[in-house]
Order: sequence, then C-alpha cells, then structure tokens
Amino acid sequence: MTKVGKYKFSAAVVAAGALLLSACGGSSNNATSASVDPNVDITTQKLVISNWAGYYPEDLPAKVKAAIGVDITITNHATNEEVMGKLTASDDSGVDIAFVSGQYAQALASAGKIVNFDKSAIPNLANLYPEVADLAYDKGTNYSAPYAWGTTGICYRSDLIDFTPDSWNDLLNPKDSVKGKTTMLATERWLALPAMKLLGYSMNTTNADEIAKAKEQLVKTKPTLLAYDDTAFYTKLVSGEAVLTEAWDGWCNYGIAENPNIKFVIPKEGSDLWADTMVVLSSSKNKEAAHAFINYILQPDVHAWVANNILYKVPNKAATESLDPALATSYPNMGLTPAELLKGEVVLDLGTDSKLYTDLATEVTSS
Amino acid sequence: MLFMSVLTAGRFGGVNTPINFDNFSRATDSIFVQVILNSLLIAGATAILSLLIGFPTALFISRLSRKWQIILIVAIILPYWTNFLVRTYAWLVLLNNEGIINKFLRNIGLIDKPIEMLYTSGAVIVGMTYLYLPLMILPIYAALEKIDKNLTEAAYDLGSSAWKSLRTVSIPLAMPGILIGLIFVFVPSLGNFVVPELLGGGKTVMIGNLVRDQFLKARDWPFGATFALILTLILVILISLQSYVSKRVNINA
Repeated sequence: MTKVGKYKFSAAVVAAGALLLSACGGSSNNATSASVDPNVDITTQKLVISNWAGYYPEDLPAKVKAAIGVDITITNHATNEEVMGKLTASDDSGVDIAFVSGQYAQALASAGKIVNFDKSAIPNLANLYPEVADLAYDKGTNYSAPYAWGTTGICYRSDLIDFTPDSWNDLLNPKDSVKGKTTMLATERWLALPAMKLLGYSMNTTNADEIAKAKEQLVKTKPTLLAYDDTAFYTKLVSGEAVLTEAWDGWCNYGIAENPNIKFVIPKEGSDLWADTMVVLSSSKNKEAAHAFINYILQPDVHAWVANNILYKVPNKAATESLDPALATSYPNMGLTPAELLKGEVVLDLGTDSKLYTDLATEVTSS
Repeated sequence: MLFMSVLTAGRFGGVNTPINFDNFSRATDSIFVQVILNSLLIAGATAILSLLIGFPTALFISRLSRKWQIILIVAIILPYWTNFLVRTYAWLVLLNNEGIINKFLRNIGLIDKPIEMLYTSGAVIVGMTYLYLPLMILPIYAALEKIDKNLTEAAYDLGSSAWKSLRTVSIPLAMPGILIGLIFVFVPSLGNFVVPELLGGGKTVMIGNLVRDQFLKARDWPFGATFALILTLILVILISLQSYVSKRVNINA
C-alpha cells in the first residue's frame, strides 16, 4: 500500500482529474505540441514502446534498428486499462510510444499526456486512408497514428451449429442447441456492445435508462455463457468447447488459421469501429526517434508486413493494396473495405461517464 | 486502506477528495454481499475438502517408517515447486467438455453427453484444493508426528479400537495442526482470483476478483480498497478465532 500512497499526491493525477472534470463528459484536445528538431541524431536515442503482447512481428526491433538505427525495447501490456494505469500513475512512465485504442488516445490527449505530432516528421501519414482523418476520437489525426483497425462480430463454428448466426440475438438469447457454448468479451465497452446494438442504442450512450436495459439483458445472458473470455476464445472454438463467441475480427483469424470451419460475421444490428493507435508521450525525451519510428511503421511495405503478421487490417491504403488477395480469401475480414468498416460506430472516450460502463461490467459479472 | 476507501476515484485510477462513505454503502449492495458470501462458501468448502483429503494422508504418512515419511513428504512438496499457473492450466485440460475425463467417460460408454465440470464453482473448489493441499497436510503431519507413540499404544492396551484411539487421542492432540491447516487453506482461497478466473470462466466471481478488477480494470481504487478492507477484516477475525481456539485446546490437553 505504500506505493499507492505515493501516487495519491501525484500532481499529474490531480491535474488530469481536474481537467476532465472541467471537460465533463466530452473530451477536448489538450495534447502538448511536439518540437521535433530535424538536426538531432536519432541513432543516439533509445525508445521504450508499450504494445499488446503478440500484436507486432517478433523481429520488429531488429528491423527498426536496421532501417532507422534506433534501439527499441518493447514492453507488453495485456489491456488498455493496464497501460493507462502505467501511463497516468506518474509524470514520467518511462514509455516513449504507447499503443492504445482510439478512445484511450482521446482520453490521454484530453489529459495532456501525449503530444500533437509534428506532421512534417511523419510524411507517411499520407499513406493512410483519407477516411481515417474523420474518425471521431481524433479528427485530423493530430495525436494518434492508427496502427490497425477493425470491428467486433460473432466468430463461430459453422460445422457445429445448425444455423447461420446473423444477429446479436443469437449470442444474447441463444438457442438451446448452443446454450453453455458461447462466450462474450469481458472488457467493459465490448461487454456492453452486443446488448446496446440489439436494443438499438448507441454503444457510446450515457443514458442511464438505456444502460439499465442493457444490464438487464446482460444479466439474463450470463447463465447461458460458457465463460467471459477476452484472450483464449478462439482456442475454445478450435477445441469445440465453444461454438459461438463474441470476437474482435483479428482474433477470429487466429482460430480460422487452425480450423477453416470457423467463420466470422458482423451482426445485422451493426457493430463498432475500433482503431488501435500509436501515441507519443509528452514525457518522452526521444521525440525525434519516436516520430521516425511511427513514420517507419506507416511505410507501405512495413505496414503490409505487419498486417501479414498480425492478421489485422491496417488503415494504410498503400499497404492494404499491396497485400496478397489470397489473404482476403482465407481471412474474409481482411477484405473488408473502409466503407464497410465505417458503417460501424466509432468507440469514443466518455470522460467521467466511463464509470457507467465500469459499474455495468462489475455488476453484470458479479451477478 | 481505510483512508483510501473513503476517497473518490480519479479518472484513471488514483484518488481525489472529497471524503465520503459511499463505497461502504455500495459494498453492501445485494450483488456484492452475495459475492462475499459466495467467496466464504467456496473458501470454506475448499478448506473442508482439503481437511478430508489431508488428514488421512498425514495420518498415513506419520505411521510409516522414517525413510518413507521423508520420501512422501518430499513427494508432496515437489509438485509445489511448479508454477501454480501451470498446475491450474492442467485442470483446464482435464475438466473441459472436450477434455480427458469427459472423453474417457464417453469412450467407455458411461455418459453420452459431456458432464459440465469446467467453469463451475465445483471446478474452482477442486482447483484450489489441489493448489493448497500441502498447506493442510504439512501442519497436520507435524502435529501427528509429535504425538508420543506410547499414547496410542496405551489406548490400544486399554482396549480402545483403532477408531476410538483415533477419535480420543490422535485427533484432539493434532487439533492445533488441523486448525492451522484450515486457516492456511482458507486464507489464500478467500483472496484467490486466478483460479476463479481460469477454472470458473470469469462467471464465478470471488472477493479477490472484485479487488483486482476494481484496481486494474475499473480503476476505482477507493472501491477496490473497500473490498480489500472487508477481506482483511474477515481474515483478522478468523485468525484471532483460530489462535483463541488453539489456546483453549492446548490448555485442555
């Protein structure tokens, strides 16, 4: 507990809280401006990068070293929440670049924890789909460079169920034949997503009545589930323990790679559009190298190599067009067009109202 | 913890003023009371099951020759050196619907539909019993080992049956060991959150999960601290109860 005691007086946390209170619900961009000095020798800088485990090619550090001469150390985080805790607990977390979902980049920007890019140092931003600049968590791509994007749907075993799922209802009010063989994501916003969409609400709703109705549905669904699972549901599909799961599109691909009977569908009620992004921390002393790293990732051949490796879609037009069309045949989600993806609702940071969703998740899983 | 639990949660963890007692009234919400009762029940069942397996095992070991005693004690401690996650994952492989036990039962024709064992409270109890069994066996063995062999022999000489000498001599004298064993198993079981998550499939929520989730997922440190405080209070009460009963037993003996 002594460690916790130390954080209690952290000026940054108090300041962040105060900023957010004043923003109250909505988030404003309070990101600091980055000053990139083009004359700095970036090979003298070292980068600490926090990314999800298994969300990057393993030989990335070696490739970066060879291409731009910067030593990078990658630390892994399991969830957005975990890395947010690390980044906001102190003034300098020691991390230069963090990979976080769009809505968390939005929250970090409103807390002034990350920088607005010096876009002259990242010319490869031009390779991104123009639609990316309209994504509501960061209009204009000012402080977050998208790394991967996708949606959430139902990942299922076509050989073990006798119908073709096309609705969130198939997950939330399952037929008897699949009862006890379904899983849902446990991360708060995605735990709520199927219920919100089935009931016709926005996944960013902060209306107390709508959240209460969603909770009612989710509590009703809980006894029909095999488990809440964010990380291993595709292995449950492969073994046949589960036959129908709520899944992020890329995770489903790890199942498809092992069993082609596994299929992915976006339910007809609609879903989300999430983007995982790279942000540069204000506390970083290696901003020049950080910008060079992001620019390197956004290079078409590099971003295509990443997509091939992690089987997630990348929002990079040039990179996506260079991908082998066979990939989209094996993994149908890789063939989704930006227009199809943009039908999904962009996940937004809800500021202090985020608590409504954490309370919802706590109460549903404890019920 | 008390101080933390009366503060207000910061947006990304951390705490702010003002001070209030809302968390305590929220913690007495029926959902959370249910979680606490459920945790006590699961930890209690784990302790009892460990005792039922642990006492006969310890008794058996204590009656062997010195050489075999050492061999068996080492055999009990040795698996304990394996990472406990690995040992818990082993139960996933054993218990799941397509797992070894269900496949075996189906192949010999005993059942035609898999028995649902994994992701139930039962799986959590079995997993934790396996995890903490040595903590039950060792103190009971130590207590039984200290009993003067002449006492049991005297009981036999005076006409006691094996069962009666066990009931009137061995069990009372081993009581301090049994109590320590119960506490050793109950305490870590009550706070465990990994086993409920892995073997309970996130559906069996225990108080340890609540504490962990409030800190790491919900980033509501004050509410997490409230549950940690409740957990600590339960344990303090139990341990003082144990030392009190233990003293009484020693005086009587």
